[in-house]
Amino acid sequence: MSESYFNFNHQRPRISRREAIRRTLLAGSGLLLADHIAFRAFAAEPTARAKAVIQIWMWGGPSHTDIFDPKPETGYDYCGPLKTPLETNVSGIRIGELLPLLAKQADKYSIIRSMTHGNNGHETASYLVQTGRQPGGRTVFPCAGSVVSLTKGYDAGYKGLIPPYVVLTEPQGRFDEAGFLGSKYRPFATGGDPSKTPFAVEGIIAPGISSQHQKDRRELLQHLDTLAQALPDHPQVVANRQAENLAYDMILGEGAKVFDLSQEKQELRDRYGKSKFGQSCLVARRLVERGIPYVTINYGGWDTHKGNFQAMQRQLPEMDKGFATLLQDLGERGLLDSTIVWWGGEFGRTPKVMWEEPWNGGRNHWGKVFSAVLAGGGFKGGQIVGSSDAKGEEVKDRPVYPVDLLGSIYAQLGISATTQLPNPEGLPTFVMPQPADNIKSAGLLHEIMSA
Amino acid sequence: MTKLVPLFLKLLHSPTRLNLCMRTRAGKWAVCQSGWLAVCWLLFLLNTSLFAASPFEGPMPSAAQSRIDELVFARLKTLNIPPARLCSDGVFVRRAYLDVTGTLPSATEAQTFILDHSPGKRAALIDRLLARDEFADYFAMKWGDALRIKAEFPINLWPNAAQAYHRWIHDAIRDNRPWDKIATDLLTASGSNFEKPPVNFYRAMQSRTPTGIAQAVALTFVGQRADHWPTNELANLAVFFANVAYKATGEWKEEIVFFNPAATNTGALNGRNQIALFPDGGTVTLSPDQDPRTVFAAWLVKNPQFARSLANRTWSWLLGRGIVQEPDDFRADNPASNPALLDFLATDFAASGFDFKHLCRTILNSQTYQLSAITPNPSSEAAANFAFYPLRRLDAEVLIDAVDQITGTNETYSSAIPEPYTFIPSDLRSIALPDGSITSGFLDQFGRPPRDTGQESERNNRITAAQKLTLLNSSVMHRKIESSRMIVFQTSPGRQPTEIVSGMYLGILSRFPTAEEQQAAQAFAQYGVGRRQAAVDLAWALMNCTEFLYRH
Repeated sequence: MSESYFNFNHQRPRISRREAIRRTLLAGSGLLLADHIAFRAFAAEPTARAKAVIQIWMWGGPSHTDIFDPKPETGYDYCGPLKTPLETNVSGIRIGELLPLLAKQADKYSIIRSMTHGNNGHETASYLVQTGRQPGGRTVFPCAGSVVSLTKGYDAGYKGLIPPYVVLTEPQGRFDEAGFLGSKYRPFATGGDPSKTPFAVEGIIAPGISSQHQKDRRELLQHLDTLAQALPDHPQVVANRQAENLAYDMILGEGAKVFDLSQEKQELRDRYGKSKFGQSCLVARRLVERGIPYVTINYGGWDTHKGNFQAMQRQLPEMDKGFATLLQDLGERGLLDSTIVWWGGEFGRTPKVMWEEPWNGGRNHWGKVFSAVLAGGGFKGGQIVGSSDAKGEEVKDRPVYPVDLLGSIYAQLGISATTQLPNPEGLPTFVMPQPADNIKSAGLLHEIMSA
Repeated sequence: MTKLVPLFLKLLHSPTRLNLCMRTRAGKWAVCQSGWLAVCWLLFLLNTSLFAASPFEGPMPSAAQSRIDELVFARLKTLNIPPARLCSDGVFVRRAYLDVTGTLPSATEAQTFILDHSPGKRAALIDRLLARDEFADYFAMKWGDALRIKAEFPINLWPNAAQAYHRWIHDAIRDNRPWDKIATDLLTASGSNFEKPPVNFYRAMQSRTPTGIAQAVALTFVGQRADHWPTNELANLAVFFANVAYKATGEWKEEIVFFNPAATNTGALNGRNQIALFPDGGTVTLSPDQDPRTVFAAWLVKNPQFARSLANRTWSWLLGRGIVQEPDDFRADNPASNPALLDFLATDFAASGFDFKHLCRTILNSQTYQLSAITPNPSSEAAANFAFYPLRRLDAEVLIDAVDQITGTNETYSSAIPEPYTFIPSDLRSIALPDGSITSGFLDQFGRPPRDTGQESERNNRITAAQKLTLLNSSVMHRKIESSRMIVFQTSPGRQPTEIVSGMYLGILSRFPTAEEQQAAQAFAQYGVGRRQAAVDLAWALMNCTEFLYRH
């Protein structure tokens, strides 16, 4: 029976009879049925529609009811001063009132209003959303960026000088992106601040050292490298020289070029916004343009336990500018069709406002229901997936679990669910969880995936 | 700055200008310098004039002076491969410090050695280095890799046990305990992982089945990958470990490893006598009255392969590759490049009572070890037969320790799962880290072994462009150099340009600069952006030289 239950073409994990029976029982109870459907969708190699992902990671957990899932009918106790959502350029879709630019781009993205996992811890929920796995197991799984780095990076013929998985600008910390894949698949974190000149990209652009100074130093080094001169053809010396040349191609060439935002028109830079986030969006577009398959913008400041509305008023216009301009710019350059833009954080926030001291209008963590946004790369725009209830407290219909969202992204990238990950224990481990892993799933986002 | 490089290139490339300048400088020095600097100057003039090829080489090796040299040179002669020259004193002092203690010599240590004219100074330095604490730190690191000393996944020793195990190995190396005793202790220990540290040998492996243990034993003490053995031979070896049992206690993460005569694993005694086969085909009757591990350990340490595998491992640590290479992959179809050499080392090691320092001393005092890395023929055959000292990138730990020593800075370490009772002093050197789970971004990037399998090949010393970016241009390296005590000292008022350049060469490359290097560095400094920036640039350049990054 196991033969037909798993409709995998290859790399089917061997399972024992007892395990097979256990699974049947679970499937009978309905728990695994949805997974079954999701996994079957991958039986054949998916066709790649997208080449790259830009992940806008809303670190801290953005308030879903203030941003993409407004609930003006719930009154002041729930929506505070943000009570007049904006109509967008897609009729029937309303979003938060502090997002006028995104309101004009709604035809480009779809909003998932029924994301859920029920976890309220930053680290654990972050892990859940970005790996699709339950935290706390013996194995630490890689996040989507590292999976893409494995399947689309140097092992898959990527030849770029810039590493295939870039984080703007700092890694989250407390979360090992690569998990058991190891340091080779960790992101390259740029450091620095793209809204400053120069954008001090770690290892590539050193503030205070002009490119002339870099060249002078390099010449000094070459002239003092007496051992290399004594052994010019020694294999180790040759390898060292090649690595050094590549490094300088980055420092003086390609790397310096990609991260040099002065090459962009001032008008466009202004449209993105002069903030660190806005300029990060612009850098992300430049990276994708050069073939980097995965870029994460780590955008903090959304953990608004206190003074939520002040934070929204301060930060949402900045987010609106960067995100909306990114969509527009990608669209104008014909890159949106091949670039997935994924916006979201680890959870949402308590829909009912805490007005009392010391919160003064704050919102807590809310993993029961929250929003995510997908655009481009084969995802349809102008759609709403699922919904939350009247107060934004529970999933009302069509729950979307983290693994469903990640699985849909992998599918658009042409990454097969059954691609094996190199597990250090030699266990059969795949890009997508197996039914036996008991990961909750409600199926891929077929409703917004182009046929 | 812009105009300076072409200028100093001209200086370098035009013989007339160069000579003229040298005279001018020499004249200046005659006025302002005296004492040892004049001696140094003479010395490096001597260096460059006698062995004009490079500051790296000494005379040709003389006729073989030790058994090692006889065997190596005889082999090279049959192959018609000439050996390299001997290395210079400057190269030797750096090499010996790095290979014996994993630590860079200080400027003073390098200078004292180079200026010492006593004939037996290399042997004397070797003895001093073998007595240093860093010798134990460094070889405990090497054994920590081989024994997989690591708190977290996939080894899961847990922090206190990893610390206790490391401490035990460290002290055994420091006290130069005989290796037959160390191996016997590791193989026969019973008790708590906290109180009896060697029991952790049986815990530090991914698979604790009798077969898994047998594989770990074969890798560690026989130098063989037992997963390539025929199944029945692996099963025969596993019999000796089939009665190893584990149990938890009330103490958090404490575990008892013990002999359970009634264990029921495949091949276990299960209360009865049993005939077992040693890997060499000999038989023995095991009884439930005696832990089979004791029987195996007694057999192992008398078997020539035990001495051979340890001698080969040690040789590979000091000379960059094994006589059997990989050093932990003895196979019939992977023969020793010089079998007589391996036999000699193994026999001598066993005869010395498995004295590890004796083995190191014997190798280090050979001319073979002291050959230069400069060779006209870096062929793989010449390399496999030790015709020259092989260039290899410094280990991650050694490299960052060297950078920190020069700049007077520290590392920040972290562990995947921070454990409240593990205190890491801020000045702890990377070679002395007890636990493979405690790491830093630098160590990860430069290929420190994850300690998952215990194979020597886990360590990755291949250079990459990303590593180069870190070394050439990262904020971390810039900060270390900028804040370096060395820069402050070297640019303090009153220090002469020649002193500055010589001091930085001694501190970073462990030798005096040649006349040309002194000249080039000063030309750079004089037309540059001020004294301090010039010193920073010079330190940066020297720390990015092949000579700094590679053992040579």
